[in-house]
Amino acid sequence: MEEFVLMKGNEAIAEAAIRAGTDGYFGYPITPQSEVIEYLAAAKPHERTGMVLLQAESEVAAINMLYGGAGAGKKVMTSSSSPGISLMQEGISYMAGSELPCLLVNVVRGGPGLGTIQPSQSDYFQSTKGGGHGDYRLITLAPASVQEMADFVSLGYDLAFKYRNPAMILSDGAIGQMMEKVKFKPQQPRSKKSPDWATTGKTPDRERNIITSLDLDPARQERFNEKLQAKYKKICEKEVRYEKIQCDDAEYLFVAYGTSSRICQKSMQMAREEGIKVGLFRPITLWPFPYNEIRMMSGQLKGILSVEMSAGQMVEDVKLAVEGKVKVKHYGRMGGIIPTPDEIVENLKQNIIGG
Amino acid sequence: MTEEIIIAGFGGQGVLSMGKILCYSGVMEGQEVSWMPSYGPEMRGGTANVTVILSDERISSPIINSFDTAIILNQQSMDKFESTVKPGGLLVYDGNGITRHPERKDINIYRIDAAEEATKMGSTKIFNMIVLGGYLKVKKLFKLESVIKGLKKSLPERYHHMIPVNEKAIHRGLEIIKEVATVN
Repeated sequence: MEEFVLMKGNEAIAEAAIRAGTDGYFGYPITPQSEVIEYLAAAKPHERTGMVLLQAESEVAAINMLYGGAGAGKKVMTSSSSPGISLMQEGISYMAGSELPCLLVNVVRGGPGLGTIQPSQSDYFQSTKGGGHGDYRLITLAPASVQEMADFVSLGYDLAFKYRNPAMILSDGAIGQMMEKVKFKPQQPRSKKSPDWATTGKTPDRERNIITSLDLDPARQERFNEKLQAKYKKICEKEVRYEKIQCDDAEYLFVAYGTSSRICQKSMQMAREEGIKVGLFRPITLWPFPYNEIRMMSGQLKGILSVEMSAGQMVEDVKLAVEGKVKVKHYGRMGGIIPTPDEIVENLKQNIIGG
Repeated sequence: MTEEIIIAGFGGQGVLSMGKILCYSGVMEGQEVSWMPSYGPEMRGGTANVTVILSDERISSPIINSFDTAIILNQQSMDKFESTVKPGGLLVYDGNGITRHPERKDINIYRIDAAEEATKMGSTKIFNMIVLGGYLKVKKLFKLESVIKGLKKSLPERYHHMIPVNEKAIHRGLEIIKEVATVN
């Protein structure tokens, strides 16, 4: 049996990537996620599984290496932090438009621009609403522990290949840098088989496979977009993931993901000691967002505080979920500042209970 | 049992590795642990700190602003963290370079002159293990053998010949820590 080890979130992603049978990692270092490529380099994945590890000359190059690898049907991934992920947006849109699976990891830091190297959650819009151009969606998973950093690597690949769509692990500097206990799944072999759509060389028994996001005929392009939208609808129906903590008797609700959800758990304990019945709803998939599951709770709630290390991005989806039936407000800190558990309790009291 | 600790000092004093050894010692006894470092510009030549939480239960927030124990290893950290110790909590500090000693009357204060002792013992590198030993004298968190196991886990194998020296330093810390003031 595998034993628990103590690891940073970034290192856990790297080890999990090797064990998930990744064929290739392409990336460019940036704080606060450089430990991913550092760990991979030290772990010599080419000796363990034959996995390719390549430090690209830039993030733009890295994402296009993913395009090539994914086109050949390989399990490929990259990781970066906010400014680097911004550089990749063109490639991500192309991959979504070419229906190519891949795993992206964003260990978010404060922005905009070069911003800061401290943790933030201000890339929610970028991951869940687009980022690149065109009507596409990223399957977005939000880990809240080092264990989930490891577990979501194989989950991300499974979803990406099931739906032929890029999947993103949206983490932040705090979870990337902190150490917790983690237990890994056993080594999965790298796949020897290619999916039937992959460009691995034409055989006489089939038409050639073409991977492209270009179709100049508007009628065909519209049909393709309809096909994409049908796929996204199916993902929304089948792949919503979330966790509810002490929600049964809750009159008030924190909605938070990632680091904020961990802090809110402490805030929840503190508020409950004062007799305030507050629960925590933690979206695990940020897209597809758990609109229905939050809406179903609106009857029992007097107010919702959406907590995110941003100016208020996820709060828009929480408001959409409850359709005005419950008061919803946002609380967050920006620029790399992490809110403390007691300031969140204070905000709940002032702006939701008293406000 | 939940123990929430801040360890703060200069970069290079072994603050982060001391936190890691504490965590691994906890893991050896089946505890839940979290280790949250400062990784910002302050670690590049200035102060370094790490928040360690050891608990029998699932740990909620790895980021907290009040602590059961503060282990303070320089004046800047004293200024920043003395006020964050919970009433009745513990403050352990090294007197080396401290110009303003702790003033709180509602917490337990212990002093350990580990920097001085490390120099006497011939290696400044074991400084953090002396402090760790002193802290474990006051708070008996684990069996000593779990700490040694934790030390083995967190040191790369090429440093395992250093374990006896570190073990000696932990024992020395147990001996030299001094009570300054207690409230309990």
